[in-house]
Amino acid sequence: MESVGSIILYTIVCLAIVIFSVLAVTTRKILRAATYLLFTLFAAAVVYFMLDYQFLGAVQIAVYAGGIVVLFVFAILLTSHPGSNSERLASKRRVLGLIASILMLGVCGYSLLSRCNLFAGKPEMEALDMQTVGTAMMGTGAGQYLLPFEAVSVLLLACIIGGIVVARKR
Amino acid sequence: MEIKAIYYLIPSLIMFCCGLYGFLTRRNMIAMLISLELMLNAVDMNFVIFNRFLFPEQLEGMMFTLFAIAIAAAETAVAIAIIINVYRSVNQVDVRTLNQMKF
Repeated sequence: MESVGSIILYTIVCLAIVIFSVLAVTTRKILRAATYLLFTLFAAAVVYFMLDYQFLGAVQIAVYAGGIVVLFVFAILLTSHPGSNSERLASKRRVLGLIASILMLGVCGYSLLSRCNLFAGKPEMEALDMQTVGTAMMGTGAGQYLLPFEAVSVLLLACIIGGIVVARKR
Repeated sequence: MEIKAIYYLIPSLIMFCCGLYGFLTRRNMIAMLISLELMLNAVDMNFVIFNRFLFPEQLEGMMFTLFAIAIAAAETAVAIAIIINVYRSVNQVDVRTLNQMKF
């Protein structure tokens, strides 16, 4: 049994995810699309908080909303005139995209809904403290992730160098 | 009323389908990248939801999402560097006009 507050919060977050993700792909101003993407990412962070993964929600806000969206805004302002509309889509292409996404929605939604009684309610979980996350990230045993952690750090280094090399002035 | 897993999975599915629609219909490279981010984020949400509802005492889904967020950030940075480079050489970011590397 959930409290009334969490049901209200869930409804708001659900509506925000649906509305803002639809708006992000249908608006014709590209800067607005980035803003709607930001709102969708915030709603996803609230979902993580509601599922008791506080660290993940904080990472989502810091990296996605703080880093990636700022990068998007910089790139948009560098490559297009703010306030200009993108041109109207050819209707054939739009119909094709609509058919593909509705087909996907139908197939996946049907298979989810026909098996939805497989999932019981939310099981209890003891609060996830930072020490558990830290040992899982830094250990080498079963269920611990030192190797991917180091691989990601090398990937980030490669990414910094690649970004500089690709985007520098010749 | 109880909030079940399905109530979280359906919004994430809708988010993924919006990303798919945007990726197929948009022409601007940055708009396509935004749609890609929507799809990635929907997948991240699915990892976390299944982790929380099926195996709450383990951390696999959460760790997958953490690494996926880091890799998505790296991928976006490189993609935006490429887009800015393309803009500098051909002065637009419309994918229909970028056919110089085609045979």
